[in-house]
Formats: sequence, C-alpha cells, structure tokens
Amino acid sequence: MISVEVLSIAYQSGQPVLRDVGFAVEEGEWLGLLGPNGAGKSTLLRAIAGLLPHQGVIRFGAADSGSLRRRDRARSVALVPQEPVMPGGMTVIEYVLLGRTPHLPYLGSEGAADLAQARLATEMLDLERLAGRMLSQLSGGERRRVALARAICQQAEVLLLDEPTGALDIGQGQKALELIAHLRSLRPMTIITAMHDLTLAGQFPDRLILLADGRVVADGPPAQVLTPEHIRTIYRASVEVVTVNGGLAVVPMRTGTR
Amino acid sequence: MAVPPPRLRDPTRLRWGWFLAACAALLVSALAGITVGPAGLTPAQVIGELVTGGSELSDTQRAIIWDIRLPRVVLGGLVGSLLSLAGASYQGVFRNPLADPYLLGVAAGGGLGATAVIVLWPSADTRLLPVAAFAGALAAAGLTYAVGRSVGGRSAVSLILAGVAVAAFFTALQTFVLQRNSETIRQVYSWILGRLATTGWKEVLLMVPYALACGAGLMLHRRLLDVLSVGDEEAESLGVSSSRVRTTVVVLATLATAAAVAVSGLIAFVGLVVPHTVRLLVGTSYRSLIPISAVAGGAFLILADMAARTVLSPLELPIGVITAFIGAPFFMVVLRTSRRYVT
Repeated sequence: MISVEVLSIAYQSGQPVLRDVGFAVEEGEWLGLLGPNGAGKSTLLRAIAGLLPHQGVIRFGAADSGSLRRRDRARSVALVPQEPVMPGGMTVIEYVLLGRTPHLPYLGSEGAADLAQARLATEMLDLERLAGRMLSQLSGGERRRVALARAICQQAEVLLLDEPTGALDIGQGQKALELIAHLRSLRPMTIITAMHDLTLAGQFPDRLILLADGRVVADGPPAQVLTPEHIRTIYRASVEVVTVNGGLAVVPMRTGTR
Repeated sequence: MAVPPPRLRDPTRLRWGWFLAACAALLVSALAGITVGPAGLTPAQVIGELVTGGSELSDTQRAIIWDIRLPRVVLGGLVGSLLSLAGASYQGVFRNPLADPYLLGVAAGGGLGATAVIVLWPSADTRLLPVAAFAGALAAAGLTYAVGRSVGGRSAVSLILAGVAVAAFFTALQTFVLQRNSETIRQVYSWILGRLATTGWKEVLLMVPYALACGAGLMLHRRLLDVLSVGDEEAESLGVSSSRVRTTVVVLATLATAAAVAVSGLIAFVGLVVPHTVRLLVGTSYRSLIPISAVAGGAFLILADMAARTVLSPLELPIGVITAFIGAPFFMVVLRTSRRYVT
C-alpha cells in the first residue's frame, strides 16, 4: 500500500505545485490521476518515485519513503516518464536490462537470473523479435512498450506511468491501456497513471483522483469523479457522461456559446 | 508457421571478437612501431629478439629495441589507451558525443599544472608532474562543466564551447608563465605539441600506476555509464545517484588525462577518434566500448607515433600534429552526424 500524507511541493521560485495532497492506494489497485495541464499530475508521480524534495510523508507499506535508500526505493517503485530518454544506439534488450539496476550491487554486473527477467519482460510485452533491434529503429508504439518492459523488468510492486497514451492515436492509446490491464493480470501490481483522456480514464482504472491547482478535488470510483459538474468546473468543458458496456464515456457537447 | 525469434547475443558480455581484433591490432602496431626506423630491423628479427632473446643482432640494435623503441611503443600504447578511455568516459558522463580531453580543456589544465612545476620548480621530482597535471586538469574539468551547464544546460555544444574558452584561458596562463621564464621555453614548447620522446623506461614506470588505477576504475563503472545514458532523473529512478557516478568517473578520466599529459604533452583528438570508431563497430554499450577503446587507443597512438617519426624522417613531427590531422576532420564528421544531439 502507498500512502501520501499532506504532501506539498513548491518550485524553486516558491510557487506551489502540490498543496496538502493526501490519499492512499491499496495493493493491486489501479489509480488514475486526472487534471488539467499544470495541475500537478507529473509532479506527484515524480515525488512518489522519490525524485523531488517535498514536505509531507510518502509511505510504501510501513516504510517512510524518505528514509529508504535510493536503491531500495527503486525496487519498490518504477516510473515510466512521459517521454523516456531512449539512447538511439542502445538495443532493446540492453535498455530493458537497465531495469535490473536496483537489484545489482553498485559496481556489480547482471547474472543469468537478471538476463532471464529481462527476457521475460520482453516476452510479456511481445518484444522478443525486436530484442536485438536498436531503439532508434523503433516506432512510437514500440518505444512505449520497450519503456514499459524496462519498468516490468525492475520488478517493483508499484508502477507509475506518466501519460501512457500521450502522443498516441486513439487505437494505439487504447492498446497501451489494454496492455497495462493485461500486465496487471499476469503479475500483481499497484498502478498509478497520470491520464489525459477522460473516456479512457472512465474505462480502465479502478479509481480516479482529480487534481486542480495542486489540490485533490475529487477522489473515488470513476462514476463519482467523472461527473459533468466536476468536468465543467475544473476543465471548463461542457460534457455528458454516458455509461457504455459498464464503462464511462465522456462526450463533449457543443454549447453554441463563444 | 511461426518463425522463432532471432538468437540474441548476451548483452552483458564483452564482445570478445572485437576485443581480440583490437588486441591483434595493438600487437601488430607495436611490432611495426619497434621495427620501423633507421636501424634497418626486420619484423622477424624483432620478434626473435623479444621472444627468445638470443638472436644475431648487434648490441646497438639490441639497445635500440630494448631501450629506445620498446619503451616508446609501450608509452605510446599507454598514453593512447588513457586518452581513449578518458574520451569515452567523458562522452558517457556528459552524454555528449563531442567530449574529448582536449576539447574540454582538461588537457590544457593538465598542461598548465605540469608547466608550472617544470618552470617554477625545476628541481622538483618528475613524479610530481602527473600530480600537478591532475590538479590543473581537475580545475579545468570543473570549470568547463560549471560554465557549460550555466550557459546551456544539457546542450552538447555549450559544453564544448565552454571547454574551448577554458582551454584558451589555461593556455594563455601557460604562455604567460613560460614567457616569464624564457630559458625553459624550448623544452616546454616541444612538450606542449605532444611528444613521445623518452629517456628509456622512466616515463613508462611513471605512467603505469595511473594507467592501472584509472583503467580498473573506469572498467568497474562501465555498466553505470550505460545507466547514465538514460539521463540523470531516470538513472535516479533506477536507484543510481547520477552525481556520484559522474563525479567518480570525471575524476578517474581526468586523472587518466593528466597522467597522459604529464609524460606526453597535449595530444588532441585521440579521445574522440578512437571511441567513435569503436562505437560504430561494436555498438554504444560502454561494457564493450570501454575495454575495446582502451586497447584500440593504444594501437592508434603507436601508429600515429610511427607516422610522426617517419613522415619527415630524419625530422620528427610532434605526434599531436598527426592526431590533429586525422582528428580535426573526424570531429567535423561527428559534429555533422550528431546534429540531433547538438541543439
């Protein structure tokens, strides 16, 4: 379980990004973070990954994340940034293998078991055929999968995904989330995704948190968070929320006003 | 029917084929470096003398092999190896394809440190030279990094521009120190241009401990250099302190540069030409790049030295002229092909 307690983060200029954010995520839960651009979604993910100085407490189980060593934290939580750095000359398997880093001694090297984990991760993401390929030769969708494979190879209980459908078209975006749902069925994982697409957010995560101006505005099952009122006040958009096949769809409505 | 996925090379393993090829190149260049010259030796004679010791050579020829050519070849090998290691390591930690001990101003800093000792304290023990060079080189590396970051963040070009400015500044200081002590100017000047002229095994012995320490240290960090290639923040999220790795590797690479500069002066571009060529052949992973660059760099400098001795024979060109002759056009090619990093 992850719990975030009165978390506040400010830029160096003093401008606050997150203010007194608090929530807990159950083991195995999929939480979606929503909010307009600049609401603090990415910042929150980076803070949970231990990459930002902050006020307040973040706990993994009973342990205070701030007291964990960097390596131990990296064994508990893996982050896939919105635009991962992908050195063009590196091969897929070399890149996926980087996920073993927190499991190795500082100056040590990978053994057969690490290599097996990397192979397993490439299999889980259907990348075996691309394993020897250089990252520069991959398509956008393939690169997303490779980044996920590295996080899977890290074997952390918590997976943080920043905009996993960003820059993907509707079909690729849907596939990306189906893939995450599939991975979750293969290996128990707690997942937190920052999301942009409200309809996809209404269909995949178990629970949603809506952020605005660095605060939690709504927290609960998708049906409670994705309401026309919330979306009107936070996004200034006029929508209807409809239920389709048990999931929610958020449909923008033309208002005729300027 | 489904086609099975292609068999994969174990990515954690050294690429032995290329490593052995580099070792073969090193042996061949060493043999050529010992053989070629006015003494009229043949490769067979050299091999015979080195391997069995009992051959039909005259005492003069023997002395030429053991006391002149061999130490010079070993020194060239060590210097080339250290400069290549330093170049590859700087390229890794700065994530900058243009990084090179010479272009970063590190070599100039080392030059200033060593010059200061030669000029201001002529009676000093030569073992002090690498230490002084290290102090100067470390100051230059720190300055280049600080200036480069403050100006351009992660831009490859701003780091190199900072290096050029730092190099110019340290070279000016060096010239100033020299002009005030004109009696040593000839001695230091020939050294600034890079030379491998030795007085037997003394320089080699001076180098060996540094070469071993830096070589071993950088070899141990080669996996971490791969981790750093995904950027500082992602390296941190993988549990690695990027600043700790960067500091250690920069210190080791700077020590390697300083040791090379202290015995051979400023030899430009080796750290650029060798790692890039190796990268084209074996791929970008530092696990193979570091050891293979170290070996190939030795071969490269031995051959460059041979060219320096023979092109205008009996005159000897400074070896830095040869490496710059090859390296400068090479730099332009790298600059062109790495445009996507250089923004």
